[in-house]
Amino acid sequence: MPTLVVADHNNAALGAGTMSVVTAAAALGQDVHVLVAGLGASGVATAAAGIPGVAKVLHCEDAAYEHGLAESLALLLVRLAEGYEAIIASTSSAAKAVMPRVAALLDVAPISDISAVLSADTFVRPTYAGNAMATVRSSDPIKVITVRTSQFETAPDTGGNATIETVAAAEAQALSSFVSRDLNITERPELTSARVIISGGRGMASGDNFALLDAVAAKLNAAVGASRAAVDAGFVPNDYQVGQTGKIVAPELYVAVGISGAIQHLAGMKDSKVIVAINKDEDAPIFQVADYGLVADLFDALPELERELSE
Amino acid sequence: MKIVVAVKRVVDANVNIRVKADATGVELANVKMSMNPFDEIGVEEAVRLRESGAASEVIAVSAGGPSCQETLRTALAMGADRAILVNTEAELQPLAVAKLLKAVVEREGPTIVFTGKQAIDDDSNATGQMLAALLGWSQGTFISKQTITDGAVEVTREIDSGLETLTLSLPSVLTTDLRLNVPRYASLPNIMKAKKKPIDQVTPEDLGVDIAPRLEVLKVEEPPVRAAGVKVGSVQELVSKLRDEAGVI
Repeated sequence: MPTLVVADHNNAALGAGTMSVVTAAAALGQDVHVLVAGLGASGVATAAAGIPGVAKVLHCEDAAYEHGLAESLALLLVRLAEGYEAIIASTSSAAKAVMPRVAALLDVAPISDISAVLSADTFVRPTYAGNAMATVRSSDPIKVITVRTSQFETAPDTGGNATIETVAAAEAQALSSFVSRDLNITERPELTSARVIISGGRGMASGDNFALLDAVAAKLNAAVGASRAAVDAGFVPNDYQVGQTGKIVAPELYVAVGISGAIQHLAGMKDSKVIVAINKDEDAPIFQVADYGLVADLFDALPELERELSE
Repeated sequence: MKIVVAVKRVVDANVNIRVKADATGVELANVKMSMNPFDEIGVEEAVRLRESGAASEVIAVSAGGPSCQETLRTALAMGADRAILVNTEAELQPLAVAKLLKAVVEREGPTIVFTGKQAIDDDSNATGQMLAALLGWSQGTFISKQTITDGAVEVTREIDSGLETLTLSLPSVLTTDLRLNVPRYASLPNIMKAKKKPIDQVTPEDLGVDIAPRLEVLKVEEPPVRAAGVKVGSVQELVSKLRDEAGVI
């Protein structure tokens, strides 16, 4: 039986994480279908149909799915589950909310945040902030899986030609309703899909000083992130947070500035290809995982870095 | 209005864990254990609701062995009124915990259940959502704010690119994110008082819940160790290494 990928989208565009979920789904060895449930999301369905390796796109249009409310979307997934051996999604905040709900309604154990597919029923998942990698085998008839997208290659977004099938909405429910969304609009790339990330920690000393990071980020076309300490101190909003309780990233280049390197932060970035640490404390644990360490005052180093990159 | 708060006993967040040599799990002997930090936030929020008069009683619930009583005492010292231990030494996975909590909720009849958004040991991020599903309730996941109104609760959720506000019908399961509150430290008098508060004990059998694990853990290993690299002497050297050696800029 095929595998159903639950697409991340905002009704206008397909989320980048879905490309990695398709790769993980393909590793299960069955046909890959993608569900696009939303309102005015036909462009997203068309985009999903263009991913090579996708056999079919299920497109469901209904106001109940406009904002991805977990209670409604879970009922649709449970109805569709009959025809599938696995339902798989990213670890986006929307997917993390809905997938365990689906699993409970199906009376199966969710398999959260997998980093590798070993077979159709056996997976590796990080536990203890990535300090203990557990290999788990599911005995359930349907696998409900979320994927650590940074650990799977991104599938190409063109070249495929899947059929698009319209599916009916599930029964309505009125447990929750959408009020508003307050999104942090940034000109920088998204953290979870950026090729380069520059993050600041408590050493940044204030939110205003993040402008120093922004200036370097602009030169590198980098996303800007932060440690939990910087978020807790109120320097930047929580959606900047990289770490066990924030976003898990694995860019080509991760630059940690004024970040000491608590295990909870390392959990979110230690799979980056190249790690740079800039910290004035030469004993900071961040240097133990950094490919290149610079012991320096960040308030001197960042403007200098910006100048060097301009040349 | 009653509130149930689920609390889990986990390895303390500041402990550097070690994987057992036989790859069967993580070394827990002689390791400092604490309440899951997200659950502390849940206890704090529940106690604040009782202190403000919005709630009448806060019941802390934990599932696990007898040592979980220590975690429940912490919740009682923070201000929970009483506690329930679902006593079992068996391995508990999130689905089983959700079923146990459902059984407790059906006995106690709370209007709100708080759970942490994730436990910092298995990092599953699943129990609250599953409890809401099993009860047929609304769910507010990863919340940083809640306001109870007539028959409903408005929650602000931490989502990938910002914040989202939803209105949820009550009863509801709410899972806590970091910015919901800063949990209090229990004062010594409150720690003493907590020793007199009741902890009821039940077993999964009493509750009629099948807790058999559905995921078999085949092995637990350490992640590949990342070797430390080199220190560079200047920003200029750093940039040239990133350009010429690593080729990433």
